[in-house]
Amino acid sequence: MQSTEAKRTPMYAAHLAAGARMVAFAGWQMPVQYRGVIEEHTAVRTRVGLFDVSHMGEVRVRGRQALDCLQHLTCNDVARLRPGRAQYTALTTVDGCFVDDILVYRLDETDYLAVINAANATKDVDWIRQHAGAFDAEVVDESDRWCQLAVQGPAAAATVAELSAAPLEPIRYYGFVRTELAGERVILSRTGYTGEDGFEIYADWSAGDRLWRAVLDAGAVHGILPVGLAARDTLRLEAKMALYGNEIDDTTTVYEADLGWIVKLDKGEFIGRRALVDQRASGLRRKLVGFELGGRAIARNGFTVLAGDEPVGRVTSGTFAPHLRKSIGLAYVPIERTEIGSELSIDVRGRRETAKVVATPFYKRQ
Amino acid sequence: MYPTDRRYSKEHEWIRVDDRVGVIGITDFAQDQLGDIVFVELPEEGKAVRAGDVLGTIESVKAVSEIFSPVSGRVSAANSELDLRPELLNADPHGEGWYCKIELDDPEQLDRLMDAGGYEEFAQQGS
Repeated sequence: MQSTEAKRTPMYAAHLAAGARMVAFAGWQMPVQYRGVIEEHTAVRTRVGLFDVSHMGEVRVRGRQALDCLQHLTCNDVARLRPGRAQYTALTTVDGCFVDDILVYRLDETDYLAVINAANATKDVDWIRQHAGAFDAEVVDESDRWCQLAVQGPAAAATVAELSAAPLEPIRYYGFVRTELAGERVILSRTGYTGEDGFEIYADWSAGDRLWRAVLDAGAVHGILPVGLAARDTLRLEAKMALYGNEIDDTTTVYEADLGWIVKLDKGEFIGRRALVDQRASGLRRKLVGFELGGRAIARNGFTVLAGDEPVGRVTSGTFAPHLRKSIGLAYVPIERTEIGSELSIDVRGRRETAKVVATPFYKRQ
Repeated sequence: MYPTDRRYSKEHEWIRVDDRVGVIGITDFAQDQLGDIVFVELPEEGKAVRAGDVLGTIESVKAVSEIFSPVSGRVSAANSELDLRPELLNADPHGEGWYCKIELDDPEQLDRLMDAGGYEEFAQQGS
């Protein structure tokens, strides 16, 4: 049936031609891997990798009160953005929990672009529209208009510089420019989900395939590889970046998720501010921490975390980290167990594996 | 493509028998499906198993897969090289990536398994 068929990005044919194993994800046909998770992960950490992330959603918020509208909806301070800057933030619930984690780009004085997770696209648009009613601002779902690529790794800048009309050196982390890449008009931002230097590229949907091929050509001399969703997950986990549905959702507060740095209580009123103020005053009862397992067994989402014999929490994400060559993960544990070095165990399919709390991010680029 | 000196199970394991000892591993199809293997849980020597029992597990970055014994018998050896180099299972699943050895209770159980040609057809159907 047409309605249940997964959508395709502009790079679908290119993925198949490259031998990608495809999977249906959030209603999209996406590449899960091409050559293999470890090889793709390693390419990003040591050279450069290219991701098709066109499944992400985009919402344009424009108008006289666009800023006020976004300030009301998010916990970070949107007023800190000048045109040409972006910020990581969250759409928060009245409980100070997550509707979604998003990026907000300030395109112009009264013109913003919010980039939202594919899995939450419909929900987020509805949420924003619902709460924008009180403001003189228009909300437009532009998800069908924009395709998105990410170029990440130590050689990402060299690769993109080949194609970019604008020089890259002035673009700071979380800054962006509107320029041309291989003759296509793009938003080029120094952002990413891997912990490496790199860029995210937003372009007209129709330019997706051309841009994909242009980046692969420019990156060939640097050993570029296309990278699928499997390696995207191991990369973001090593960099301790949250995944909606695992680390964050509408039951976890921004503070519990160890994302207090995106909460700016003094920026003014926003949905969930009262709950976050209260939680900061009363103190956290649990928090997200990173852990390492003693052996190579892998902790998976949902596995029980124990202190002694007592179940105290749950694993949110876990993997064998290809670059670090260790078994790592994230879990919510009681606040008294969150100290670095705190000893825990994880129930891995009936076996107790020793684990200890470690500092995060697990990986930091040089 | 699949070695003819052995038999194959529907769970994508192979068994090559010498005297009454069967060497067991996973097929090339299985390792390809699993992806990069990062951890192998091996059976203990001396463990008694019946055909269909779980011998251990193989973990790839994304998933974990159980290894079922194709025959009844007693585990006589496990490939400890896989502790150090689980990637051997991807690189040489029919050779150096062997999983364990089992002393067979009943060699006639092999008749229930597929030969190389039968398995090749089975794997192509995508099971």
